[in-house]
Amino acid sequence: MIGGHRNHPLWLAFALHRVSGLLLSLFLPAHFLVLGLAIDGAEDLDGFLVLTENPVVKLAEFGLVFLLAVHMFGGLRLLALEFLAWSPRQKTYAAASLAGGFFIACGFLLSAGA
Amino acid sequence: MVSGPDGSNSDTHEPPGEMIAVSLWRGQGSSGGLVRYDVPVRDNQTILDIVTHIQRNIDSTLSYRFACRVGMCGSCAMTVNGVPRWTCRTHAGQFTKNGRLTVEPLRNMPIIKDLVADMAPFFDKWQKAEGRFQGKDSRTDDVEPVRPDSPERKTADAGIECINCAICYAACDVVAWNPDYLGPAALNRAWTLMNDIRDTAGGERLRAVSAGDGCHNCHSHQSCMTFCPNDLNPTAAIAGLKRMAVRAVLKGEL
Ligand code: SF4
Ligand code: SF4
Ligand code: FES
Repeated sequence: MIGGHRNHPLWLAFALHRVSGLLLSLFLPAHFLVLGLAIDGAEDLDGFLVLTENPVVKLAEFGLVFLLAVHMFGGLRLLALEFLAWSPRQKTYAAASLAGGFFIACGFLLSAGA
Repeated sequence: MVSGPDGSNSDTHEPPGEMIAVSLWRGQGSSGGLVRYDVPVRDNQTILDIVTHIQRNIDSTLSYRFACRVGMCGSCAMTVNGVPRWTCRTHAGQFTKNGRLTVEPLRNMPIIKDLVADMAPFFDKWQKAEGRFQGKDSRTDDVEPVRPDSPERKTADAGIECINCAICYAACDVVAWNPDYLGPAALNRAWTLMNDIRDTAGGERLRAVSAGDGCHNCHSHQSCMTFCPNDLNPTAAIAGLKRMAVRAVLKGEL
């Protein structure tokens, strides 16, 4: 449940980091499965990669890039928090991680659409 | 002298005015639930005033805890509308929503009765985290000077005003997920001692706080810091302990 003592930006940043991590770990087996297709020959893989032209799959890729970027920036924030001198601007950094993730995912969508 | 509608004397009885519908947790151990009480609104009324009103005027069997009423002793913390607060310094007006208020015992600790949580596990963890000062000097030695502007003293100063209220402990989800986690207050205390240049138990303490249920459990979501009534920052203290532990591992000391 979100609310009560969890109702503050840095708890939400934690939740986003956890959820993005879990979703990425669900994606990994599928990722390896597709890469594995290449072992049996290029046709199988190419046959599958045609799918990525589908707009729905493009949108899913946008989501994936967003998850990756937001998880990476969130992780960098945590590393800085734990290993560098304390900075009181954690909320700003958490917001910047979110914005950075969104920015990169949008950039991907635009370049992939071009 | 003005008489009230029931003929009462207005010096002793307020005219019936605005009321707050207060839902209080009543029960023992894990069995119980919210019970509603209607309490008159007063100027500058604190949550503790409301609970006291109920105990003095409505049901004297209500149990709760307080001592100083000025934010010094740390004994009056409760869960107010879902968030942990020191009730003697929390104005009811600030929390009442549509004339309603919910007051429950602190979470993450067993309930003894009504609004009284059992603080024993919380304080046991201060001991487990080696939260005791251990000096090397005896009473015949000179007092060792600690420079107020030294980095260690400044770091310790930042965490020293803890009133042991357990608000951070109640706000911490990691305590809820792993009941053996030492928690923000005990680790914050350990951090202040690690920065006390007179203390001699640093090695044992670092081992205690970096063991299985220690500082490395912290997810840095900063609920402790967000709710600490004294504006302390246990998250920063725990990050300091993590750094100290990593450094000790690299040096082969841990
Ligand atoms: S920052 Fe660490 S100690 Fe503080 S509430 Fe979060 S997990 Fe608990
Ligand atoms: S660190 Fe703050 S919230 Fe935690 S026990 Fe001390 S005073 Fe209370
Ligand atoms: S009664 Fe002492 S801190 Fe509230």
